[in-house]
Amino acid sequence: MDSPLLPILTFLPLLGAILVLVLPARGEGEAATPLWRLAQGIGLLTFLVSIPVWTGFDPDVAGPQLGFSVPWFHLNYVDVRMSLAVDGLSILLVMLTTLIMAVVFFSARSHVGRRDREFLFWLLLMECGMLGVFLATDFFVFYVFWEVMLIPLYFVIGIWGGARRLYASIKFFLYTMAGSVLMLLAIIWITGMPLAGADGRDVFTSDILAHAAQSNIPPEIQTWLFLAFAVAFLIKVPAFPFHTWLPDAHVEAPTSGSVVLAGVLLKMGTYGLIRFCLPIFPDATRFFAPWLMLIGVIGIVYGAWLAWAQSDMKKLVAYSSISHLGYIVLGTFALNAKGLQGSVIQMVSHGVATPALFLLVGMVYERRHTRAIADYGGVAKVMPRYAFFLVLATLASVGLPGLSGFIGEFTILLGSFMANSWLTAVAALGVVFGAVYMLSMVRRVLFGPIRNEENRGLKDLSARECLVLAPLVILFFWIGVSPTTFTSRTAKTLAQIQARVDASGQR
Amino acid sequence: MQDLLWAIPLLPLLGAVVCGLLHARGGGARRLAGPVATLAVGASFVLSVLAFLEVRSGHEALRQLGGDWIAVDTLRVGFDLTLDRLSGFMMLIVAGVGFLIHVYSIGYMAHDEGKARFFAYLNLFVFSMSVLVLGGSFALLFVGWEGVGLMSYLLIGFWYDRDDGWPAKAGQKAFVANRVGDFGFLLGMFLLFGHFGTLDYAGILESDAMGTWTGGLAMGAALLLFLGATGKSAQIPLFVWLPDAMAGPTPVSALIHAATMVTAGVYMVCRASFLFPPEALLVVAWIGGITAFVAATMALFQRELKKVLAYSTVSQLGYMFLACGCGAFSAAIFHVGTHAFFKALLFLGAGSVIHGMHEENDAFKMGGLRRHMPWTHLTFLVGSLCLAGFPLTSGFFSKDEILWKTVEAGSPAAWALWTLGAATAALTAFYTFRLYSLIFLGGERFDAAHVHPHESPRLMTVPLALLAALSLVGGLMGLPAWLVHEGGWMHHWLEPVVMQVQPLHAAGYEPVDHHAELWFALASGAIAVVGILLGVAAYRRGPALDGRLERSRLTGPAYQLFFGKWFVDEIYELFILAPLALLSRLCAWFDLAVVDGLVNRVGQGFRELGRVNRRVQDGRLQSYALWMAGGTAVLLAWLVIQIM
Repeated sequence: MDSPLLPILTFLPLLGAILVLVLPARGEGEAATPLWRLAQGIGLLTFLVSIPVWTGFDPDVAGPQLGFSVPWFHLNYVDVRMSLAVDGLSILLVMLTTLIMAVVFFSARSHVGRRDREFLFWLLLMECGMLGVFLATDFFVFYVFWEVMLIPLYFVIGIWGGARRLYASIKFFLYTMAGSVLMLLAIIWITGMPLAGADGRDVFTSDILAHAAQSNIPPEIQTWLFLAFAVAFLIKVPAFPFHTWLPDAHVEAPTSGSVVLAGVLLKMGTYGLIRFCLPIFPDATRFFAPWLMLIGVIGIVYGAWLAWAQSDMKKLVAYSSISHLGYIVLGTFALNAKGLQGSVIQMVSHGVATPALFLLVGMVYERRHTRAIADYGGVAKVMPRYAFFLVLATLASVGLPGLSGFIGEFTILLGSFMANSWLTAVAALGVVFGAVYMLSMVRRVLFGPIRNEENRGLKDLSARECLVLAPLVILFFWIGVSPTTFTSRTAKTLAQIQARVDASGQR
Repeated sequence: MQDLLWAIPLLPLLGAVVCGLLHARGGGARRLAGPVATLAVGASFVLSVLAFLEVRSGHEALRQLGGDWIAVDTLRVGFDLTLDRLSGFMMLIVAGVGFLIHVYSIGYMAHDEGKARFFAYLNLFVFSMSVLVLGGSFALLFVGWEGVGLMSYLLIGFWYDRDDGWPAKAGQKAFVANRVGDFGFLLGMFLLFGHFGTLDYAGILESDAMGTWTGGLAMGAALLLFLGATGKSAQIPLFVWLPDAMAGPTPVSALIHAATMVTAGVYMVCRASFLFPPEALLVVAWIGGITAFVAATMALFQRELKKVLAYSTVSQLGYMFLACGCGAFSAAIFHVGTHAFFKALLFLGAGSVIHGMHEENDAFKMGGLRRHMPWTHLTFLVGSLCLAGFPLTSGFFSKDEILWKTVEAGSPAAWALWTLGAATAALTAFYTFRLYSLIFLGGERFDAAHVHPHESPRLMTVPLALLAALSLVGGLMGLPAWLVHEGGWMHHWLEPVVMQVQPLHAAGYEPVDHHAELWFALASGAIAVVGILLGVAAYRRGPALDGRLERSRLTGPAYQLFFGKWFVDEIYELFILAPLALLSRLCAWFDLAVVDGLVNRVGQGFRELGRVNRRVQDGRLQSYALWMAGGTAVLLAWLVIQIM
């Protein structure tokens, strides 16, 4: 249809994946350099293509923009169209995806080491899947992309992972798959529900935004459909009690797997909750909101406690994700503008801070081949640049004003306080616990005297490593100092979604 | 000046960036960091003075509106700066004392290879503190509040690899204790926003909702904000971090942990004074009074110079809150000012002593230093006299003002609060001169063969002399009414800014006669002089008295209690930290065994199911035939039943 920008953006990585497969170069070791160059080029190009999406995005429009739609296939009752569009909910996440993937392509080589061709293939395929998930405006298109992005990580963990990689990858796959199946059933059901057409006749469509704008499902059915979607997404978030696949997946995944997982994949869940659950099942949303807020708060506090007890750096960061995503669930189901906008900002903020932390963990792991906090100590003395970045990422993560984490946390807590002050009071304890576990880790890794002689010879970060971290650090400050750049783009769309939920309450 | 307000915080920020770059550059370039940072703060100070003079000459306040920082739904936080009488005065202290401490630090840190990093932090601190003070809303105050907290964390842990990592631990303790306070601050802000729909001071003050700011809501919000203040300003129950914070370099203790940052809580309570209902103020007064007294007892028998000064800071901050609680916000801010002078002076003096004694911090191992360090001795004596409240020094005037106000305010607890304050004054005079005597009087208790005490360089002694001068004359701004007609300008300075709160009055309250003020002043003067004399008399020859008190059956328990700092750290460790750590381990176990265990059990369940079902398909033709026969029989039976 009108703009070819989004299909180009989405399928550029797929093209890259195919090219990587067919490029005549040895797929491993030094000889794989052309493959890496290609993947890095595609990653960078995809990011560059996403920039016009950002600049061409009109913040004053609530609905879909830069839409693209062609007929795809015909089910017996609906025409499924290959339709992509961007709106205020997806714009930030699309940008986050292209940025994080570019960072990954430039940082991953040092820890892949074997079967490079396959690795790059899976990552490029995953990027296509992730962009598709955020941009799809048709249920079936969404579902296809959802599955496309799921499988590559299974291989990334299963092939390039640590000692328990098979357990972790199968657990991740089955857990997410179980949710997906529920979601697929619900999708089929929804597309069988008619919407009121322009001429008063029933219309069957699989257009997400049409359903989001006018679905009128009886509340008792909403409950079941809501639960099917919510469970699929809560598994993906992951929210308590569906979170236990995450630490395993993170710990076993290679650094780049963790970076993508924390940076983008976890946001699929929170994105889905806002995209589907709120506008399509507004009554069920209102009914379940207090419980989901509770789940969010449990995630915040419980995740923080779990993180505190960890002795492995990577596991600690993994659990901190559970805590930080708890904020997003809490904010989303506060069902007010502050909570929702805070949630989206928190998605982006977590999506830059936590990947930075995983990259940093990976950087010392590559040097010392251990992630046990106790094996370090006094690292700041020999790796001052490393210390600088680790402290900065930690501060962004614990929500220091001026850096990214604060904006999300503050607006979410403020929004949820208006919805439920006592629950929020408990959630705000996360502010204290977050500082405890993150600073404990930083202290035990960076500060104190050097106890372990092996740490004395540690090399500080190279220029390449600093460059990889730089865009993330820029975003820490950008989001922290000028959040309006981001919130102004999300406001209209989120207001529209919220209006749907509010309207259901007045019926 | 109005249009240049932004430069006050931004100059130090710029300085910090330059220092950071110098640090990254390494080598000789790092020497430039000190002068650059000092210049930045100096320029900031000049601007602050100009702005202050404008406010003095009649402007109510200078305001500069920046753009939106956060704009989400109805939440608007702008980069708005306000310099009014309160923030203007605070700014003078922050930038002025900050400047002197920067100068001193050039000398103090001359041989430290991390000096560029140090000055970058120091400048960032001044930046954050300026944002805290000048910010026009609670949200911006909070930004500065967190910023100074971060700088405090980084500067306490500046020597992160020394003493087996102790400074880093102390820094973390400070940050976490402050975060507990922030928890209260945040919730307090949420309550404010929920009621007023804004976090701007001006917006709240002008709001129609002010009339309904009563009852549990006002009380709760005020106490939550005050919880934040107890974190930053080291009051009960969150004071425990401040003594440990002395692990940082001494100029840091002077600037952050004595003169400026720790008074941020007092500033916040003054700024938010109009939000505090009388009952909440009474709580503030009690917490302040009790903290003042308890911390003074903790200071009594400490051996380390900086520990004594740290507890005395906690104690003096208690006085400030006592004043706030009695509605005497001007007196509180007056004491903030004088305390900034004399406590910064004492800390810098202590730093000079420690410097000259080759990093010795134990007063028991000093003695007789007045001969070796004449300038340090003289200025330290001035600081001690001020802290002890010797008549006509600045500390005397500000402390006496507070004690007088506790009675004049006539709250139900007036006399109890006054007694706490007066007892604290006596203890203060005593321990201050105990410390002074141990350091400078008596014989030399160090090994003269190895330790050669020396006077510090000019860069350090000149700031000492300036601070000493300020400490002596600082009282002029708030001279009492019994001395000069109408009193000093400080008394009425804050009136347009802080609410004229009427604290709770006791039943049958009658205003105390103003002539009584003179008698109160005489009483506090007498208390100070007696305390000083006792302190000198007991310790002028050495620390022997401490040992006798410790061994004596009568005073032993009290000595242990005071020396052991009332075992608050141990109690917190035992009843809060240890259970929380245990809980966290319990959660880790629960998560693995129960939550994840269930998940794996489900997985295993499906596998078991598969294993059982697999038996059906065993590949033997006979069993398939048997299943077929069985199935047919069941079907037939069903049909038969249906037909019949």
